[in-house]
Amino acid sequence: MAHEDDPLEHERASWKPSPGLAVAVSDPVQPPALPPHRERMTDKDPVAMKHAVRTVYTLFYLSVAASIWAIAAYMLFPIESGAIVDIRNNNLFIGLGIGLALLAIGIAAIHWSKAIMSDKEFIEPRHATRGRDTTRAAAVQAFSDANDDSGFGRRILIRNSMIAAVVASLAPAVVLFRGLAPEGENPVELLETTMWTEGMRLAHDPEGTPIRAADVTLGSAVHVIPQSLAELDHADGYLEAKAKAIVLLMRLLPEDLNETPEKADWSYDGIVAYSKVCTHVGCPVALYEQQTHHLLCPCHQSQFDVANGAAVIFGPAARPLPQLPITIDDEGYLIARSGFTEPVGPSFWERH
Amino acid sequence: MSTATAPADTPDAEKRDKPLGGRFIGATANYIDERTSLSGFVKELGRKIFPDHWSFMLGEIALWSFVVVLLSGTFLTFFFQASMVPTHYTGAFLPMRGVEMSAALDSSLMISFDLRGGLLVRQIHHWAALVFVAGIGVHMLRIFFTGAFRKPRELNWVIGFVLFVLAMGEGFTGYSLPDDLLSGNGLRIIDGMVKGIPVVGTWISFLLFGGEFPGTAIVGRLYTLHILLLPAILVGLLVVHLMLMVINKHTQFAGPGRTNSNVVGYPMMPVYMSKMGGFLFITFGVIVLIASLFTINPIWNYGPYDPSPVSAGTQPDWYIGFADGALRLVPPGWEFVFLDRTWSFNILVPLVGLGLFIVIVAIYPFIEAWITGDKREHHIAQRPRNAATRTAIGAGGVTFYAVLWAAASSDIIATHFYLTMEGVIHTLQALLVVGPIIAYFVTKRICIALQKKDREIALHGYESGRIVRLPGGEYIEVHQPVDEYERWKLVDNDTYEPLVVRPNAKGRIPWHEKLRAVASKSLFEDRLSPLTQSEIDAAVAHQHHELEHIATEEDLELQGAHERAGVPDAPHVPIFDGHNSETAVRPSNVIIAEDDAPKKGKKPKAD
Repeated sequence: MAHEDDPLEHERASWKPSPGLAVAVSDPVQPPALPPHRERMTDKDPVAMKHAVRTVYTLFYLSVAASIWAIAAYMLFPIESGAIVDIRNNNLFIGLGIGLALLAIGIAAIHWSKAIMSDKEFIEPRHATRGRDTTRAAAVQAFSDANDDSGFGRRILIRNSMIAAVVASLAPAVVLFRGLAPEGENPVELLETTMWTEGMRLAHDPEGTPIRAADVTLGSAVHVIPQSLAELDHADGYLEAKAKAIVLLMRLLPEDLNETPEKADWSYDGIVAYSKVCTHVGCPVALYEQQTHHLLCPCHQSQFDVANGAAVIFGPAARPLPQLPITIDDEGYLIARSGFTEPVGPSFWERH
Repeated sequence: MSTATAPADTPDAEKRDKPLGGRFIGATANYIDERTSLSGFVKELGRKIFPDHWSFMLGEIALWSFVVVLLSGTFLTFFFQASMVPTHYTGAFLPMRGVEMSAALDSSLMISFDLRGGLLVRQIHHWAALVFVAGIGVHMLRIFFTGAFRKPRELNWVIGFVLFVLAMGEGFTGYSLPDDLLSGNGLRIIDGMVKGIPVVGTWISFLLFGGEFPGTAIVGRLYTLHILLLPAILVGLLVVHLMLMVINKHTQFAGPGRTNSNVVGYPMMPVYMSKMGGFLFITFGVIVLIASLFTINPIWNYGPYDPSPVSAGTQPDWYIGFADGALRLVPPGWEFVFLDRTWSFNILVPLVGLGLFIVIVAIYPFIEAWITGDKREHHIAQRPRNAATRTAIGAGGVTFYAVLWAAASSDIIATHFYLTMEGVIHTLQALLVVGPIIAYFVTKRICIALQKKDREIALHGYESGRIVRLPGGEYIEVHQPVDEYERWKLVDNDTYEPLVVRPNAKGRIPWHEKLRAVASKSLFEDRLSPLTQSEIDAAVAHQHHELEHIATEEDLELQGAHERAGVPDAPHVPIFDGHNSETAVRPSNVIIAEDDAPKKGKKPKAD
């Protein structure tokens, strides 16, 4: 602390670091010397020392025993039955053995260093981090010589062309990363379309059984996928299609529904279908409160009012959930009147 | 290494006198040194001195838990398959049998249920990762609040900071690998956030996932980042971090014999080798115990990722919480269509806000150095109270982080404390703005008050608890002076004063100097001027004088009481009552002494 008279600055003549706004103290408090060394119990009392030594080697041997136990536990607690209790026991008893083995080593080593090893404190001087003046001069000379030998500073044409070449050589590497996503696909187009098309039956998620309008009871919420999605294989983009096509179906009293004139025929007898993908960052808006007709996204607590066009009433989402226009076919099954009329899911730059 | 002190050219005759082991080690050391000149390294570092303080252990927690992460993670790579190829589970866990899932989840379940000890290693890996990030966080707080980032350690602060960000990146990439429902939802949120970035967001998401979300590429790509790219950078920077620590030498707290120009402590060999090595085993042992006793990330309950289901109350690992909380605190409607493009400020504001917060934390050492203009090296770790404004800024930052973190659990808070979800969010929104300001001012005042308390003790001694009645009938509590070692810890000379701006050669005051003046005023206007040695000397002399005066007065008082009681020769020292020395020197204690002169160790009779 007493910067004024410390030997840290080994070459004061050339280096006087500014104290800046530090308050200069002409008469700083003088630091006391290291206090006299206090002996520990183990230094004074041979019995205590003997006791400490015994503790340390007992712990080390205990560790050996615990390691052996861990190996034994590996054999004693098989998991091949598949029963959850066996897995728990295997995990627990191997773990306890390894944990105790390691802890005993650690505690023994630290007890050794604290109670038995010499606890005499040493003082080591610090030196300034910067190199000595001669060293720094030599370093500067090295650069200067190299510059003279190469002409790096003089031959500007060579230098600049080299920098240009090196920078340009990075560009192909960047271009290579275009291959991260398949060629010939446009993310914007993909985001704007879903599996839903006119006449597609609404089906239960994940079974794919079609839903009859008469079976949707008042106040219920049904998790819905397009019927043809259920036939899609995982290898053929099932999850990608599902991530956009999931829909939540709810039946309210028709008089509770507050529909705009242009969407008046998008519902069927109080049954409405909304995209289940949150317009915030895309979590499934899976929690429906039938008393209030509110949908809640469990990820970031956005709330949507189903009675009111799934408008945002709370939370970070900004847009209502897109509505899927529905009606029924001849057999009474719910079908899509058309696909979604706007992109579903989180906003993206090109969306408008 | 421990035997490199053995001279390399010991004559053979001398060698034979040693026991076989010693001869073997000596010969090995010689063999190695003649090929590597390792002895110079051992000479430099073997007895290097490190200072001791419990808080210096926090960084070690991070270091050793990283070792645990590396070891357990390497084991897991032997079994994990980073592939999203669909398969049907056929393993031991009955409820999942026949379920279609990716090879990643299938192999994660295989590790958990078909590999003895596999679940243990998986849990060790996950717990160790949580401890790793937590260790870095606490270590950073220690560095910040003690000013250990000051010159010459600013660059090491930045490196440490990058390590913190990398650790979070490692955590997130690792968390996403099993491809279970929970991690898939986490990726869904990342995808949604990326898409909200103007201009490039849609394409970055498209390239990242190799097509549409979720695609079949992301797990493999994250795996490469998780086990190759990020760890390589992490290990490299960690080595630089530790090398810089050795080059700069560790900071130490002010204490007797400890100055800015020395290091006081124990040598690397054997004390720190044993203490640090021991601590590695303790960290490892504690993590293994936690892993064997407490389940973490039970992917078998979540099942494979499917975009449709989600459960309430899901939360990310703790270190991602602040980012998730930031997303939750955005008020509705922060998204606009402008110039035929969507501007998602509900994503951008949290992203940019957190980015700014992170950048300010990273460059804080340079901001402080610019304001103080101090170019000297600082090797004494400050007590937080002595840098009141920095501590206050830190408290504000911690509050900001804590509010965001709490926001990530807003639904859990609401259900556990029977509050409305909206109420919790609105409260946290207000706290996010007001909380740091309150924390700043309260902390600053507390720090200055603590400084004053220290000053009081250094100059006037501590309250001894001994009450003395003076002849005038006045009762006073005797203040005992602290010893010089204690006092040294209480004085602090590192004080700065606000900048007084002066015009430069052109007669102008540049704007940045004006800014610096304003900043330095808010930082250093409220301060205690540093103590001087003559003030201390005067205070100590005064205290001794005072104590002597009290002793004389007390003596007179006791003698007078003895004389009035007719025992003028009775001693003035308290009588040992066999219990403790707390019996006050009261006349009544002396008066009831027995006829014969009171002896030490004899109990006074009770009346």
